[in-house]
Formats: sequence, structure tokens, C-alpha cells
Amino acid sequence: MDFDLNEEQRLLKESVDGLLTDSYDFEQRKKYMAEKGGWSKTVWLKLAEQGLLGLPFAEADGGFGGGGVETMIVMEALGKALVLEPYLATVVIGGGFLRHAGTDAQKAAHVPSIIDGSRTLAFAQLEKNSRYDLFDVTTTAKKKGDGWVIDGEKFVVLNGENADTLIVTARTKGERRDTSGIGVFLVPANAKGVARKGYPTQDGLHAADITFTGVEVGPDAVLGNPEDSLALIERVVDEARVALCAEAVGLMDESLKTTVEYIKTRKQFGVAIGSFQSLQHRASDMFVATEQARSMSMFATMANDFENAKERSNAIAAAKVQIGKSLKFVGQQSIQLHGGIGMTMEAKIGHYFKRLTMIENTFGDTDYHQRRVADAGGLV
Amino acid sequence: MDLAFTKEEQTFREEVRQFFRDNVPPDTRRKMIEGRHLSKDEMVTWWRILNKKGWGVSHWPKEYGGTGWTPVQHYIFNEELQAHPAPQPLAFGVSMVGPVIYTFGNEEQKKKYLPRIANVDDWWCQGFSEPGSGSDLASLKTKAERRGDKWIINGQKTWTTLAQHADMIFCLCRTDNNAKKQMGISFIVFSMKSKGVTVRPIQTIDGGAEVNEVFFDDVEVPVENLIGEENKGWDYAKFLLGNERTGIARVGVSKERLRRIRDLASKVESGGKPIIQDAAFREKLAACEIELKALELTQLRVVADEGKHGKGKPNPASSVLKIKGSEIQQTTTELLMEVIGPFAAPYDVHGDDGSNEAMDWTAQIAPSYFNNRKVSIYGGSNEIQRNIIAKAVLGL
Repeated sequence: MDFDLNEEQRLLKESVDGLLTDSYDFEQRKKYMAEKGGWSKTVWLKLAEQGLLGLPFAEADGGFGGGGVETMIVMEALGKALVLEPYLATVVIGGGFLRHAGTDAQKAAHVPSIIDGSRTLAFAQLEKNSRYDLFDVTTTAKKKGDGWVIDGEKFVVLNGENADTLIVTARTKGERRDTSGIGVFLVPANAKGVARKGYPTQDGLHAADITFTGVEVGPDAVLGNPEDSLALIERVVDEARVALCAEAVGLMDESLKTTVEYIKTRKQFGVAIGSFQSLQHRASDMFVATEQARSMSMFATMANDFENAKERSNAIAAAKVQIGKSLKFVGQQSIQLHGGIGMTMEAKIGHYFKRLTMIENTFGDTDYHQRRVADAGGLV
Repeated sequence: MDLAFTKEEQTFREEVRQFFRDNVPPDTRRKMIEGRHLSKDEMVTWWRILNKKGWGVSHWPKEYGGTGWTPVQHYIFNEELQAHPAPQPLAFGVSMVGPVIYTFGNEEQKKKYLPRIANVDDWWCQGFSEPGSGSDLASLKTKAERRGDKWIINGQKTWTTLAQHADMIFCLCRTDNNAKKQMGISFIVFSMKSKGVTVRPIQTIDGGAEVNEVFFDDVEVPVENLIGEENKGWDYAKFLLGNERTGIARVGVSKERLRRIRDLASKVESGGKPIIQDAAFREKLAACEIELKALELTQLRVVADEGKHGKGKPNPASSVLKIKGSEIQQTTTELLMEVIGPFAAPYDVHGDDGSNEAMDWTAQIAPSYFNNRKVSIYGGSNEIQRNIIAKAVLGL
């Protein structure tokens, strides 16, 4: 049992922290946000240069063969700096589908351009009424000749506005909530019949609602088994949840640090407000919540390698519950302890709060995952 | 980073578990599961079995009878002990005064006391809290005056756990009234059978009497019973309290209790079906299990850190253990109350000495809930823990 990073991992952490310290302070972030698409191509290429976009891919595919711990390190750092660039959508989720289900040809077609930063991806999964159930799919993919025709609507597709390639879940068989009959398709964002309505999200990222009308794709668009890919989707979404847990830990670390700094300097009644015990205890509870979240983020990272899919999912669900509870407390109390200034767009703390809040509602909220753990028979 | 226990550690766990299965007296185990108090004999019998095996003072240095285990092994041992369950070694002797004596005591004291602590030949109790000195412990007033080759001790201690069984007490006494309050305290040990020592039980809200008031009226104690240096007692007390950072989370205790809740909840009915089938209850139980898993991981982080970097610099996460550990223990007793519902009410009029086997042991659930309110109060209340985090970790 060992919770320390090895030498290579330490170097990775130093390099990504160093890069973001140099190029991602809060003022720079505002500039990136104003760029076309809402994030910085320059920063994205710097991430590529440092090999971070190729991190989880196998060496045979041009990547670095990094595992869960490496992704955790990067996501924590991205959280800490409140990074806008589409790492989760492109590398973790998009890359995840290619790693787990891509054929050699599919990997050859997509992975090199992900690694060099020239292509970003988006996962078109959420539907109007599907909420957090990954198997609730009404978008259809119907066989036509060798290929498929996709019809349906997807919502809040993260990076959907900017992505070059969409990964779309669609039903090839059965009824709306059947767990079988679901396929995953690679669709060029500029394919005929794809209509994107992009918008910024509450946390400053960008997403899109996307309509697919008679979108025709070839046989090479299919990732995995077109009639039975729920397990694949769950696998990749679990990895996304683990990555979100790590991002949230980075966000909470920085929120706590920023808040503690603030109450040490903000004076009222002639003294720093951090000298008041009620605020000290609140900050201590934020620390406790952050550490519990960190523990579960590590647990989730390691659970991601569990061979038993049920145990893996249960452990990751549990982590998402802890992270959800912790982030809500840390986020809300960060604003409270900042007082009025915490309510302003100008202060950075509110932006951390907003990103944390959006993470809670991504790929299952606290209640959703708590129910999953309860229904799976608990965790002891 | 690797969460898995090594093969050696897993083998060790099996060995420990098997030893408990074979050697913990079944009656002792049953009473613990049912939340009953154990008699002094029952506890001492088990501790001597443990000591005979060489595990009575497992975390002491080898030269004083310790095992030389790694922090992870200690963790496994404690978890299995708590989960079996079997009584943990008497903390007052094994975890508190023992380490103070082998760290600060002289050779004679080590020879005299340590083997007797290990075998529980002496039952030790802790003379720290006083009626006016709880969280503000350093304000204590119990006085030790040097007269010839004796200390004359006068004053009162309170919340003295199991003093009714005790042969010996380690006591914080004021030996210098003029110094700053932390600087005038000495660490003195003496026999509870000394003339002038009076023990008076305090009945607690659960109906038990595990704590006491202890009065000292001109108690004469030989000068050589001072441990370490005069007026340095506060340092030793801090050492003692900081010594057991990880056991305090009591993850094994909560795990065992959660298993019991699951078991009970599949038997007790609500709305015509087992309460475990009630979604709201099940989710509450899952929520507690998740919190416990997070705590277990936090504890493992602290343990792994100690194994790697030594005990010198505590991992900041260690301050989380007391707060979350006590909260979770309390939640488990609340969940038990919820499962048992209206049958929490009957009062165990026959006492819990085990003499009335027919008595439904559910009568222990409410007292256990009441009793567990103490865990967020003792050992530095959770509010004091928050002060510590604010100061030592956050620099506020």
C-alpha cells in the first residue's frame, strides 16, 4: 500500500503545475475565455507539446501509456487552475472510447491528431429526458447498406460547439430504456445533417445542443459492438467520473487556500476575520471535507483498475457521492467566508464555486450515485 | 501509488483473524456485539491471552516487548481486533502511560512498570480532567507538594474512566504555582490503594458508571514516582495525547456496527417488509458506509505516510480522523436506533451484567446511542480538534 507518487509521476506533476503557473493565472484565463470558442488554442498546443494530450494512450498508438494516477495528477492540476480547455471531453472521454474500443484503423485515424492538438472531441450522450441514465437513449442509428443513419437530439454536449469529432450514443435496437441495443458512433462534426447550437455554460466552458437529421456514416464509424455497447459507455463514463473527482479535488484545494488567505487578510472590527473562531471552525470543516474528497478521489482512481465491473462502478459511485457532498460544502462556504466580494464576477472564488457546482451535476449527482450504492448492497 | 495490500500483509491479516477466532472467549465477543459492558475479569483474561501471544503491547519498541510491526501491520491488527470484535488493549496502560514511561522514565521505572502494564498486572487509569479543567486542561489545580522524600497530593480528578478497577493512576499535578500554567505541571504515578484516595462513580446518561470522580486527600507518594523531570508534565501529556493518532478513528468498530445494522435491518420489519427494503433507510445506510470508506482511506494515507516517513511529522490528514471517526460512530448508533424503532424504549432493568440471558439485547441499543455522544467530547472535543486544524494546518 502506497499513496506516494513515484519519480515519474512527481515529474509529471511538476511539469503540469509549472506550465499552468506560468500560463494560467486568473487574468490570463479571462483572456482565454474571450478567444474564439472560449478557450486558448495556444495553451492547448502547449499541453500537446508537454505530451499531456497523449498521456493515456498506449505507446504503440503514439501516447505515453499513462494510467489512472497520471490522469488524476493532470485533472487535479487542471482543476486547481480552473482550466477551460477540453481535456475531459477530448482526452479522457473521447480518448477513452478510442482506447477501449477503437480498431487499429480508428485509432490511426484519430489518435495522432488528438495527441498533436489538432483535433478535439465531444461526447454526445445526454438527451432531453435521459438525465443520468446512460442506457436511456432515443437517438437512433439505422442500418443503411454498410453504414448507418443517425437521427436524434443531444443536449449539453461539452465542447460540442468546438469539437471536430463527435462520439454519439444511439439506439440500434429495442426500446428507449433497454440496456441492450445501444451503439457508439464516431461522427465528424461537419457531417451533413449535424446542426449545432453552441453556448457557454455556467462555469465558463462551452457546450452545444446538437441535432442529427439523417446523418450518414460509414461502417468505420462504429466503436465496439453497435448492438451492445452499454458496458463500454459505462466504462468510459466511469473514467470521466474519476477524472471529475480529481478535478474537483484540485478546485477544492484552491478554493480552501484562497479562502484561508482571504480571511487572514480581510479585517473587520480591527482584526483579521480569520481570528474569529466561528470562521476558523468553518475553515477546518472545509479542510476535513477536502481531505475526505481527496481520499475518495484516490480510491476511485485505483478502483478504476478493478477487474469486476460492478465493484468498479460501485466504488466510483461512492467516490462521486463523497466528492459531491464535499464540493457543495467547500464551494458554498468559500463564498460565505469571502462575504460580499465572493458574490462578484471579479473575484476568482465564485468561478471555482461555479465549476464545482457543475461537476456535481455531471454524470450523476450525489443522490443518483448514493442510490446506486444503496441498491448495490452498500460498501462495507 | 498502490492501494492493494501486499501478499505478506494479506497473510498477516489471515493470521491475526485466525488467532482471534481461536482465542477470543465467545462470551466476550457476544457481549461486545450486543453492546454490553464487560467485567474486569473478562477483559483482563483476554488481554493476558493477547500478551501471552506477544501482541499485548504490539506498538511498543521491541526491547520493551513490542512486535516491530510496520504501521500497516498495526493498522490491520487494530482493524481485525475491532471488527471481530474483541476488547482493545487497555489504552490507559498500553497506549498512554507505557509510552511515557519508556520514553521519559528512568531505568528503574521501566523495569518496575512496563512488564506489569503489558500483562495488566496493574490496571491503570488517567488522572487528567478536573471539574474546572476540561478543554482548558492546563488550568488544573490538583496539587503535589514536596515534603521530604514524599509528594503530598491534594485535589480532585473527574471523568476518570474505569477508576473503579484501577490499581494505579498517572496524574497531572501542579508542582509550581508561580510558573505559566503549562510550565508548573508534573507527571506523577501512584497506587489507587494509597491512603486518602476516594473513588466515587458518576452515573452517565446510558445508565452505566464507567467514569468516576477521584478525590485525593493528603495522599503520600514516594518522590521516585515522578516520571521524567519536575514541571515538564505538560510536555509528556501532549506527547501522550498525540501518540495515538490513527487508532482514534475506530474504523473497525464502525465497520462491525454497520454490518450489524445491515443484518438487523434485513430482519426488522417496517411497512410489512424488512426495513432494508425501504429506499430512504437504505440510502442513509449507504451514505454512512461511504463516509466510513473515505475515513478508512484517509486513515490509510496517514498510516502509509508514517510507514514511509516516520512518525515525526504528522500528515495533516491525521486531524481529520478524530472528527470524522467520532461523527461516524455516532451516526452508526443513530442508525441502530432507527432500525429498532419503538423497541428502543424498554429499559434493561436487570442491568447488563449478562445474568438475564432471556432479556432481549435490543435494550442495549438506546444506551449505546446515549453513551456514544461521548466520543465527540473526549480526547479533545471535536471543537478543540477544529481549533487544532485551524491553527496547525491552516495557520489561522
